Amino acid sequence: MARKLRVVGSSVRKIDGLSKSAGVTKFADDLALPRMLFCKILRSTVAHARIKRIDSRKASKMPGVLAILTGKDLPIPFGILPISQDEHALCLDRVRFVGDPVAAVAATDEDAAFDAMNAIEVGYEPLPGIFSPEEALKTPEPRIHDYGDEGNVHKKIALEFGDVEQGFSEADEVLEGVYFFQGNTHLPMEQHAALGWVDPDGKLVVWSSTQTPHYVHRALAKVLEMPPARIRVIATPNGGGFGGKSDPFGHEIVVAKLALLTGRPIKVCLTREEVFYCHRGRHPALMRVKTGVKKDGSITGMHFETLLDGGAYGSYGVASTYYTGALQTVTYDVPRYKFDGVRCFTNKPPCGPKRGHGTPQPRFALEVHLDKVAEKLGLDPAEMRLRHLVPPNSVTANWLRVGSMGLGACIRKVVEGSGWTSKFRKLPRGRGVGIACSSYISGAGLPIYWNAMPHTGVQLRLDRGGGVCVFCGEIDIGQGSDTVLAQTVAEVLGIDPYDIRVVYGDTDLTPVDLGSYSSRVTLMMGNAAIQAAERARDLLAKAASEKLKVAPESLEFAGGFVTGPSGRLTFAEAVVAAESKFGTIGTVGSYTPPPSPAKYKGSGVGPSPAYSYSASVVELSADPETGIIVVDRVWIAHDVGQCINPILVEGQVEGSVYMALGEALMEEQVFRANRGGVHKIPSMLEYKSPTTLEMPPVTTYLIEDPDPNGPFGAKEAGQGPLLPVIPAVANALSDALRVRVDEVPITPDKVLKALRAKDRRYGPASYPSIPMPDPIRIKPPWEGGTGAAETGEYVRTWKS
Amino acid sequence: MKKKRRVKAHLALEVNGETVEIACPPQKTLLEALREELGLTGTKHGCELGECGTCTVLLDGRPELSCLVLAVECEGRRITTVEGLQEGPRPHPLQQAFAELGAAQCGYCTPGILCASKALLEEKPAASRDEIRDALSGNLCRCTGYLKIYEAVELAARRMKNGQKA
Repeated sequence: MARKLRVVGSSVRKIDGLSKSAGVTKFADDLALPRMLFCKILRSTVAHARIKRIDSRKASKMPGVLAILTGKDLPIPFGILPISQDEHALCLDRVRFVGDPVAAVAATDEDAAFDAMNAIEVGYEPLPGIFSPEEALKTPEPRIHDYGDEGNVHKKIALEFGDVEQGFSEADEVLEGVYFFQGNTHLPMEQHAALGWVDPDGKLVVWSSTQTPHYVHRALAKVLEMPPARIRVIATPNGGGFGGKSDPFGHEIVVAKLALLTGRPIKVCLTREEVFYCHRGRHPALMRVKTGVKKDGSITGMHFETLLDGGAYGSYGVASTYYTGALQTVTYDVPRYKFDGVRCFTNKPPCGPKRGHGTPQPRFALEVHLDKVAEKLGLDPAEMRLRHLVPPNSVTANWLRVGSMGLGACIRKVVEGSGWTSKFRKLPRGRGVGIACSSYISGAGLPIYWNAMPHTGVQLRLDRGGGVCVFCGEIDIGQGSDTVLAQTVAEVLGIDPYDIRVVYGDTDLTPVDLGSYSSRVTLMMGNAAIQAAERARDLLAKAASEKLKVAPESLEFAGGFVTGPSGRLTFAEAVVAAESKFGTIGTVGSYTPPPSPAKYKGSGVGPSPAYSYSASVVELSADPETGIIVVDRVWIAHDVGQCINPILVEGQVEGSVYMALGEALMEEQVFRANRGGVHKIPSMLEYKSPTTLEMPPVTTYLIEDPDPNGPFGAKEAGQGPLLPVIPAVANALSDALRVRVDEVPITPDKVLKALRAKDRRYGPASYPSIPMPDPIRIKPPWEGGTGAAETGEYVRTWKS
Repeated sequence: MKKKRRVKAHLALEVNGETVEIACPPQKTLLEALREELGLTGTKHGCELGECGTCTVLLDGRPELSCLVLAVECEGRRITTVEGLQEGPRPHPLQQAFAELGAAQCGYCTPGILCASKALLEEKPAASRDEIRDALSGNLCRCTGYLKIYEAVELAARRMKNGQKA
């Protein structure tokens, strides 16, 4: 890998950049087909009830109405995780949250569909609603689902790596704190839309704004009981995803079914209000963290507890819950670690993955907690963190293998850039700085369906004219994955990335890529693309070496030429030579992450081929009279391994900072328990998100510490940089006003309450007592562990 | 329920410099008319309630939310959409700069922001960073954090000052 990079590492314009700024990119709702029908979905107006009757007789006679569906038309359940197949495209006999889909109409135009939807009568027999996890713990009956660990507890997780009590007994100080992270939602600018069509020869096609066409394909085949070979899912470019388009959704199945029933194309586009209710966003999380520390700030043991409000369905929730306990160990040395996680069902829209999936909540708690540790010990919080970093190429207490580790460089960059030492505890009252760090996975080490197949595939077809067509099931959600793919292939073949055509996200045309989630695409797709491109390059090199009469190894692929020690061919000439010699030139590449050393139940979540690292300093002004916080500036350093495209990486970092500031200061997805569980603010006006006026300047530092598992050393960039900013805001507030707000969003009222409180703190008072099972005990590597539970090796079962 | 009489309004609209005739229900918004009657899907929607700025188009050169204007109100007014920004095959300097500087990530809010930016630069060719912030404060973007958008508007402004046209 000593080769000089030419295309990788340069900020080439996005390969579809001009199409996007021309408004030519076709999003799902931009599609229209002749004779297309429109679909509207009737949603539950009550939070929890049995459906007693649905009367659609009147609606079905209305002008323009062609079909009406209810739950009994689609009785097979589905869900993103094989262990949580708990959703129906339309509710079967029970609704579990306001907004649960109940019936669907197909009509000749949108107004007719809307009128008919409103003419459907539904009789509900109300059941008691549960609106918080605390309530769920106290109310085991009636159960929202008849599966799960007990009552209305969906999942309980108890893991212990080494004896944490012993860790606490060796500490100079033991500190404990309770934190709360309010739920928030993705708010992509594009509302979800899907278009279903059955071609006359019987093949079903569904276009959808989805981050995971592969899983939509699976869900359609399952619920419609159709052979997957007869179903084609085409992911349209997403107008923002952030995790909100990662689940298969009822509306995708509904348009498919209606297309089958009516024989006509049919489209659905959710209203903004419906998008708020579809949700799958950040879980509200109550957390308790207890750490033992030495006087130098080194951690002797940590116990982390999380209580998650899962909402009405499983979604990714089991994985989300594990994620709230997984990555605490990859930043600072934690020799003994215990995690207790609990996810409850409640009668609210289901929570799932949002940027950072399950890790921003614990990272907020941990980094604020460490700020308090530093304060208690009289240490500089930046210096304290620097002293206790996890070393590169090591294995953590919970058996996560850390490769490259650029957090030290990140901390030093933001400390220096922000003028930290001249500001911390030195700014006038009302102004402050705070620091925090984080880490995130570059793709999950294990797939959702455990099997032996690769997580991604890339296929290349080389054209005689020198063009290259790249096929991959990935989908660009704005992060620039199409361009990453083109740059990667262009680098290996030595051609112009604009000579590459990317074919993406189409289950008929492209090899499977599991989807744009868990920050997996650059690393996994990139590695597969390198493999496919190297295989093509080898063929070209063999043919070109004969033409040029030199050894294939002596050839260089760069600048559109295949160059030897004496003479060269254009890339197109090399393709012609190769095609003449071998026949049509096409290659494939695929990628499977390296096996994890962790072998205990629950170790499917956390392992990753590589971890990115970030550090951030936030400077803010906080008005003690009004409680209003204005963020003045953010410095952020992100260890991305290697930039494939620096402008795109910066864009991911800046976008992460933006989204983090929204979560830290204003965004909350909340419901009115006293009004039957309706969303408090299902509009873009009232769901506060930062506008240009709230967005501060951001200074971004990109740290390139190449990881051997990454393509050219690259790690993730899309999610990790969100994580440190939220606790850095809380820590900066503490510096500004000497108050602690231990929950987000940190709104002005909370700041004022903290200023008036005796302990100068606002936040949750306590963590409920939850009976937990005996933990699965796993010895850390340094205690002679094997990665398996002490009670025996966990056998992973593989499913197709 | 009484059967609604669905009478269509016949309109002549001036869109991107060309007069087009459509027949659409009178309650249709300009947004719907553009997208559904004229196939100009470059104009996007994020809420259809006037909250997000995504559907911004230019009416007589001023940015307006096309989801809050009825198509029937737009006769006799100059309507400019993202499709009308480029001149011949050449992208507008704003479109070029947005593509070069990564100001369009998912690209969904981009058409609206381009229209708002064009109106700004026509009024204030040397708009300051604060003026750009103000002018775009009604357009939400969830991808970029707005910073690359400012840079792109500034780059386009410099290029336009130096005489580069669309």
